[in-house]
Amino acid sequence: MIGLEKVNRIFQVGDQTVHALRDVDLRIEPSEYLTIMGPSGSGKSTLLHIIGLLDRPTSGRYLLEGRDVTHLTDQEQAQVRRRRIGFVFQFFHLVPRLSAAQNIELPLVLAGVPARERSGKVRQTVQAFGLAERSEHRPGQLSGGQRQRVAIARATIMEPSAILADEPTGNLDRATGQEVLDLLENLNRRGIALLVVTHDPEIGRRASRHIRLVDGRIVEDRRNST
Amino acid sequence: MTFSDLVSFTLAALRGYKLRSGLTLLAMAIGVGAVILLTALAEGARRYVEGEFSSLGKNLLIILPGRSETKGGPPPLLGETPRDLTLDDALSLKRMSAVAKVAPLSFGTAPVSWGSRDREIPILGTTAEMLEVRHLKMASGRFLPDTDPHRALPVCVIGSKVKDQLLGGRSPLGEWIRIGDRRFQVIGMLSSRGRSLGLDVDDMVVIPVASALMLFNSPSLFRVMVEARAHEEIPAAKRQILEELRHRHDGEDDITVITQDAVLSTFNKIFEALTLSVGGIAAISLLVAGILIMNVLLVSVTERTGEIGILKALGASQRKIQMLFLTEAICLAVAGGFLGLGAGEAGVWALQTIYPSFPVTPPAWSPPAAMALALAAGAFFGAMPASRAARLDPVAALSRR
Repeated sequence: MIGLEKVNRIFQVGDQTVHALRDVDLRIEPSEYLTIMGPSGSGKSTLLHIIGLLDRPTSGRYLLEGRDVTHLTDQEQAQVRRRRIGFVFQFFHLVPRLSAAQNIELPLVLAGVPARERSGKVRQTVQAFGLAERSEHRPGQLSGGQRQRVAIARATIMEPSAILADEPTGNLDRATGQEVLDLLENLNRRGIALLVVTHDPEIGRRASRHIRLVDGRIVEDRRNST
Repeated sequence: MTFSDLVSFTLAALRGYKLRSGLTLLAMAIGVGAVILLTALAEGARRYVEGEFSSLGKNLLIILPGRSETKGGPPPLLGETPRDLTLDDALSLKRMSAVAKVAPLSFGTAPVSWGSRDREIPILGTTAEMLEVRHLKMASGRFLPDTDPHRALPVCVIGSKVKDQLLGGRSPLGEWIRIGDRRFQVIGMLSSRGRSLGLDVDDMVVIPVASALMLFNSPSLFRVMVEARAHEEIPAAKRQILEELRHRHDGEDDITVITQDAVLSTFNKIFEALTLSVGGIAAISLLVAGILIMNVLLVSVTERTGEIGILKALGASQRKIQMLFLTEAICLAVAGGFLGLGAGEAGVWALQTIYPSFPVTPPAWSPPAAMALALAAGAFFGAMPASRAARLDPVAALSRR
């Protein structure tokens, strides 16, 4: 489903050139569960951003569902992000002035879905993620685990084909992190590809596939037999 | 994103920083209000002058002795004094087909006394037709009798202030007052109407024109007021007057005819220019309000960098982000504009209540023009912050918490 061919990403930081990704070739099948690990600055997040179309490769090709998306216009990229990809971040990134339900609704609003069609879907999603009692609360009134659940609900409401999670448990205690991971893995079992950037080797062991980046290169690509 | 979503999202964002939004609204409201109020004042001044002119009478032509026009050619050998504009000149105009009424005017001041009281008062010498030509009204008694204008009757009509100062509380009718060295019987009192283009009808004594010419010992009239038969006949009346008086003055063009229309349209032009320039000055405050909007949005873009990052990650294109912030600017401008419309109208209403005689009214174009300018300022000054927000790199925006 996702195909990267010889992807390079070079940043210019001041007068220094940073080679964040070097000749990365990667194929990810639909409904795959993949963790990306590696030391800080190894290019994990950059890889995730390129796959999520938030960043463009300096060179190389990116095919998403058989379509070359490397050189799409901003509008087209935005549409692909909206329809095919859900993001989950370490710091949740909810809009603080909107309620939980409104945050979950946001992708539908941006997609121009009329209010009538939205409300049912939002209610359904809020229930499915166990947020019914908290749906009118603002992010500031929610616990970390609840915030991340809102963020995951938001990432899934457009029924994407992949969820990209950048340290989704990094800001949560162990038990809550476990819950959040269960939630993500459940979505994966329903056929959504799951890419998780993490430092936690425990998550690495749970995933069906595991890659390791060092200095912008994939140095390890292992499938767990379980 | 549907339109109603766009607006409600924007309004929610604006509610997020109430004080800043409120102050910006205030600035915009002051701008729009100032445009409306100042143009209303200038328009009021125009209407006031127009009203003064029409209170002079309708279809009026004013004849002045002398020619207010420079001509080429060598200067005359002897000093050229204008020929007198005489009473017979004035009366001859009555025969003109386009002329309805003629009121000769002689003007000066003279000591007026009653008993021991004595004052210097403006004296107006004229005929019975003056009453209608100038739309004067009587408070009591009657105006000058409609007899041969050459008869120097010893009668007079006085203004209310003259009556108060000379005669006190008593009824003036039938009293004899002394003007200069002649005695005149009061036959009427003018209704008080305040000033009318420099002539205070309250502080004035009106006597027959022949009496006035005798009193001032001069054959020349101050001016002649002529009413044309109809508005369309004003040019014809002017032509006929010039012809007749040229003929009577041995072929010399030595009078000036001013039509009320010409004077009025000149005044109108002056006041329209005044209204526009005053409105333009007020519009500068709209510019300042626009800059304030830009400032608020720039702060907002900085504060909401994270949010912009999320919106991009959730699939908002650059254009959408730009539209969100532009909508914010336009919402501020429009809401402020409507507040300003309200404030301006309230100010106009207050002025109308306090000064009922001064016709303060915003010209029809000024509220929509002020709104349009507010809108334009919002869009113009919102454009830069909006495109800055749109161009934010999503990765960098998301990395900021």
